Formats: sequence, structure tokens, C-alpha cells
Amino acid sequence: MIQLEQVTKTYPKASRPSLDNVSVAIEKGEFVFFIGPSGSGKSTIIKMLLHEVAPNKGRIVVNGKDVTSMRSWKRPAFRRSIGCVFQDFRLLPNRTAYENVAFALEVIGKTKAVARRVVPEVLELVGLGGKEHRYPQELSGGEQQRVAVARAFVNRPLILLADEPTGNLDPDTSIEIMRLLDRINRTGTTVVMVTHDSNIVNQMRRRVIEIESGRIVRDQARGVYG
Amino acid sequence: MRLKYVLSEVMVGLWRNVTMTIAMIITMAVSLTMLGASGLIYVKVAEMKELYFENIEVSIFLETEVTEEQKTAIQAKLDVDPLIESVTYVNKEEAHEDFEEMFRDSPDLLSAIDPEVLPESYRLKLVNPQEYQAIGEQYAEIEGVDQVVDRSSVLDKIFKLFSAGQNIALVAAVAMAVAALLLVANTIQVAAYSKRREVAVMKLVGASNWFIQAPFVLEAVVAGLIGSLLGLGALAGLKIFLFDGALSALQGLFAPVSWGEVLLAFPLMAAVGGLISAITAWVTLRFYLRV
Repeated sequence: MIQLEQVTKTYPKASRPSLDNVSVAIEKGEFVFFIGPSGSGKSTIIKMLLHEVAPNKGRIVVNGKDVTSMRSWKRPAFRRSIGCVFQDFRLLPNRTAYENVAFALEVIGKTKAVARRVVPEVLELVGLGGKEHRYPQELSGGEQQRVAVARAFVNRPLILLADEPTGNLDPDTSIEIMRLLDRINRTGTTVVMVTHDSNIVNQMRRRVIEIESGRIVRDQARGVYG
Repeated sequence: MRLKYVLSEVMVGLWRNVTMTIAMIITMAVSLTMLGASGLIYVKVAEMKELYFENIEVSIFLETEVTEEQKTAIQAKLDVDPLIESVTYVNKEEAHEDFEEMFRDSPDLLSAIDPEVLPESYRLKLVNPQEYQAIGEQYAEIEGVDQVVDRSSVLDKIFKLFSAGQNIALVAAVAMAVAALLLVANTIQVAAYSKRREVAVMKLVGASNWFIQAPFVLEAVVAGLIGSLLGLGALAGLKIFLFDGALSALQGLFAPVSWGEVLLAFPLMAAVGGLISAITAWVTLRFYLRV
């Protein structure tokens, strides 16, 4: 599903590479944690999988498509097969939960009728039934992240990328979000999550890939934070 | 569906920043008016050149003490000249009549002129009016000829005046176009900034590039088209108040500007206004949104 082959990325003006000759293969339906200290290169991996940053060397294949050689005009279609959530939720403050999710559908050409059918369903799935018409500021942090997950999942992507999705949440709420991601993973969606949160990693007991100074130092099935 | 979304975004965009929109439209309108005016002057000058040079006449004025032999020699040369279509001889009396006709509003001048001092002349109609200079070269040095006069020098001055006007209008059009261009770029940046969250989400979920750009580009194009409509209004005003009004006394001198020609300037203005706006907006977005 996701393959990184000897990927190296050095940002301009950086003294050392963010990623140094990294090779990883992630199978369909896996749940993978990328862990490591700040600046270790975890987030760079997410950006590369989104075709936002290109590696200097190596090859990245996502979903059978070679991202390294992908032209930028193909990026929109490519991103429709990938869902993404972030630490800061990235919701539109002037739209309700329903509208935030519907917006993601409408801007890729789905009709309002499709949105009316699909959006309540996915909001129900993430546990926001009854709160469709609340604005982000009327929702708790955990609820806002649920909206973001609903938006990322509404297209039924093959891959869900999560960049520190619990970074702004308290431990209890974090665990609820993790349950949600776990449920999404059980539908067959590959989940790749970047995190600092040792608690969560230790509870989930999923594959853990640890990165330090741009190199993989550990790759462990059913791992712990260490 | 999506068209409705795009159009409503355009309207919201134009209203969100209405002072900037107005500034953009006004500069665009002034620039396009100048462009339209210089286009009109260009068409008029070409038309007038054709008209005037078609009917150009060359006069060969004779010296007052010209002899009969010299006159016959000149007449003989004129008769066989292939450049000349027809020759009319004008004697002193006829010259004086013409003179009276020309200056009938200034009796003082008329009474001061003795019919005897006006020179005799030949009026020539040329086969090809453009070749008037050749006539001047051939006949000016012949015995008995005082000078060869054609109206082209006067016309040249008038046309120079017109092309100077046209150049001024063009320079003003370009200067205003640069200002309009910068305003469009600025407006689009402000619009993109105020919609940065939406744009970020659209890029994330894979909205197509044209869909992200269309509202911004159309916003600029709508402003450009409104500007060109105002420009058309300004040109109509110029026609009514300047050409048909203040300059109507010069009606005989130059061809009148018709409504058809004013309307014909509109597609030019609309195309230039729309295109410049669209390209500027698109280029701005490429730098600013990186889409």
C-alpha cells in the first residue's frame, strides 16, 4: 500500500537530512505508528505521502502510484484516495459540523444530494449524531477532531494519515479518538499515525516505527513506545 | 451546482472587499477608455488619410513676370506627363475669385489685395495622389515656376497632431493598465488570504486546481468586464460631448465618429480588460496559493 525506498530528504539550508535513506513497506489494512522526538523527520513522511514535499533521493509508492514522479496536476485526484487529520483539526470556523464535512465532498464535485445521504452517516459513525449543526467553537476539542476524522473518512479513502491527532487533547479524549481510528482501521483502511503520545502507543500495541535523526532505529510489530 | 457555488463565491469575493473592487474597476475603466480612444483615433486617421490623399491637388504657381513662351513650355510638359490625370489653368481673375471666396469673412484683407498680384497657376489632379512629391521635384526648377504647392504638408501636420493624441492616449492606457494590474494582484492576494482556510481544506481533500482558482479568476474578470462597460460609457460621453459637441465645428475637417465605431471599440476593451485581469489573477494565485 505504501512503500518508501531509500528515501532521503534534505531541506534547503538544513545541515543534515530530515530523512536519511529510509525504507519502509506498509501493507494494506495496517495500523502504523511513526514515533520519535521533534524534528526527527516524522512529519516529513506525512508530507511526502501527501505529495506536498518531494524527496531528494529514493522512491515513494502510494496506492500503486509512484508519488516521486507524479506531476503536480495529478495531485488533486491522488489526494482523493487519502484522508488526513492534523493536530489543529483545520475546520472551517464559519461552517457547522455538517457543512464542514459536506464542503469536502462538494469541492470534489459531489452533489448536495450525495452529501445529504453520506454526511449524517459518517457523523453518526464518529459519534457526533445530534451535533451536526453545531459550529466548531461550540464543540469540545475531541468533538472537533471527530469532525475532522469524519471529513477525512467521508470519501472512504484507502489510507488515513494522522499527524499527531491527539496532540491537543487530554488523555481520555485521546483514547476516544484512538478508538475511532481503530474502528476506521477495521473497515480495511490503512492508518498511518505520527505521534509523541507514549500512552497511546503502549495501549494500542500496533506496529511502531521509531525514527531518530532521520533514520529508522526500530520497526516492531505490536510495539510499545520504548 | 458547482457553477452556482463558483458564482456565489465570486459575488461574495467582490463584496468582501468592495473599496478595493471599486478602485480596481475605476482604474480598469480609465485604462480601457484610453485604449478605446486610441483605437478610435487610429481608425479615424487611417480613414481620413485615405479620404484626403485621394482628393489631393497639386498647384504649380507661376512667377508674376512669367513669359508666354515659358507658359506654353510648361503646359506642353504637363500635357504629356504620365503622372498627371488632368490639368486646369487658373488665370489671375480666377485666382482672385477663389481668393475672395476663401476670405469672404475678412473684407479688409480682400480690399488690400490687388487682383494683379495673385499668381497664375496650374491645378493638377494626379493619377496616383501619393506621388505628389515627384511633381514637386520635376517642376519646381523649371523657368517661370515660382513654387509647387500641395496640401500634404498641412495634412501631415494635422495627422501628426492626431498621432500625438493617439500616443498620449496609449501611454496613459498603459500606465493605468499597470496600476490596474497591481490592484488586481493585490485584490486577489487579499481574497486568497481571507479564504486561506477554505483553500487549504480544498487542496487537502483534492479539489481540482481549476475549481480552487475559478472564483478568484472570475472575480477579477467580472471587475475587468465592468471596467470595460464603464469605458464604453466614457467613450460614448466623449463622442457626445467632445466630437459631436465641442469639436463639431471641425466636422468638415475630419470624419465624424459613428456609434457603430464606438460600439466596435467595446469588444477590444472587454477582451483586453478581461484577459489582463484573468492572467494577472492566475499568475498571482500560482505564486500565492501554489496551486
